[in-house]
Amino acid sequence: MSETILTITAENFEKEVLQSALPVLVDFWAPWCVYCRRIEPAVEELAEDTEGNLVVGKVNVDEQEALADRFGVERIPSLILFRNGEQAGEELVAPGSRDAIEEWLEENGVSL
Amino acid sequence: MEDKNVEERIYDVIVIGGGPAGYTAALYAVRSGLSVLVLEKLSPGGQMTNTDQIDNYPGFPEGIGGFELGERMQKGALRFGAENQFAEVKSVELSGPVKAVRTRKKEFKARAVILATGAYPRKTGIEGEERLAGRGIAYCAACDGMFYKDKTVAVYGGGNTAVEDALLLSRICAKVYLIHRRDALRAAKVYQDALFGSSVELIWNSRVTGFLADKRLTGVVLTDTGTGEKRELSLDGLFVSIGRIPDTKLFEGQVSMDEAGYLIADESTCTNVPGVFAAGDARTKKLRQVITAAADGAMAAWSAEQYLAGEA
Repeated sequence: MSETILTITAENFEKEVLQSALPVLVDFWAPWCVYCRRIEPAVEELAEDTEGNLVVGKVNVDEQEALADRFGVERIPSLILFRNGEQAGEELVAPGSRDAIEEWLEENGVSL
Repeated sequence: MEDKNVEERIYDVIVIGGGPAGYTAALYAVRSGLSVLVLEKLSPGGQMTNTDQIDNYPGFPEGIGGFELGERMQKGALRFGAENQFAEVKSVELSGPVKAVRTRKKEFKARAVILATGAYPRKTGIEGEERLAGRGIAYCAACDGMFYKDKTVAVYGGGNTAVEDALLLSRICAKVYLIHRRDALRAAKVYQDALFGSSVELIWNSRVTGFLADKRLTGVVLTDTGTGEKRELSLDGLFVSIGRIPDTKLFEGQVSMDEAGYLIADESTCTNVPGVFAAGDARTKKLRQVITAAADGAMAAWSAEQYLAGEA
């Protein structure tokens, strides 16, 4: 995994996501999910290109069931944006392209 | 749109689509000294990334993951200097000696364009399909059939591919159903004769209208097209074979295509537009496989090179 992507767990969620000064995109995924792998290159590239503007983290739903439950993640990959300690806008499920992710971020007030 | 960022550089070749056709085209083109940009909307590999293991691409006696093969093809092309960007092409202007390819943020220019956008299986559109793909829902019996060895599966569809898939699966699986929404098949007679002599059980006049699942697919809901009656069928796997759609909408009105939307080109990959080439599953052809896509890519690069040499 790219160094610019944080691994989010129940332990660091509060600090890295809710208390973050920057908006945080959290990618809920699992190792068995083929489509999660497909969006990975786009998410990684996005994380590198938006460094300093946006924080990108990943939650492995197999290991972090409580986090997935807390945000009602039933389908993966699910992207959820957090800003100022709370979820911003609707989640984005299984985006078809990097552009789809960028458009969703912009709709939710993240300028890229 | 108006203040769109325009890349001033004119590439020799822009390849649209980063699957086996696209990255092979890039590899061959860059190795013959052309400047190449590949635009891929999501991740390297295209359709093959949906396949856990590819056993019919030579050189990998143990098989290779579709995702891994895609990444390797990309790396092979980048090694020689091909450029790659993950961006979705939104529009193209293919006539004229310099062609424009526009993504959401940028306009790129090239003297030749290779269209390698592939195709995608038609989906059922039923809730849960995306999540269950690869976990009980599959689109390619030849690719994924072995994962259902000695299991109970169904094929959904009534065309040649559906019947072929059902027959292939009947040699692997414990039980195979063929679910079709009519009372007769569209498949050619030779396929039907083979089917009726096989162990495949036909379920006529039924539509799949729902999925049953825990972490994986456990069955489907069938609705009788006549009576509207619903029933459940327990399954380990469902192979959706209700057709394929070439990803060519972007080129409508600019490049000749057949009724199904495939780009019309023979083995040379030359389309009706000078300097525009069609490679891989998006092209009219008989056999759509990773290896035939890769072969198209090599051919398209060669044709592009010839075209550019003649044009200069």
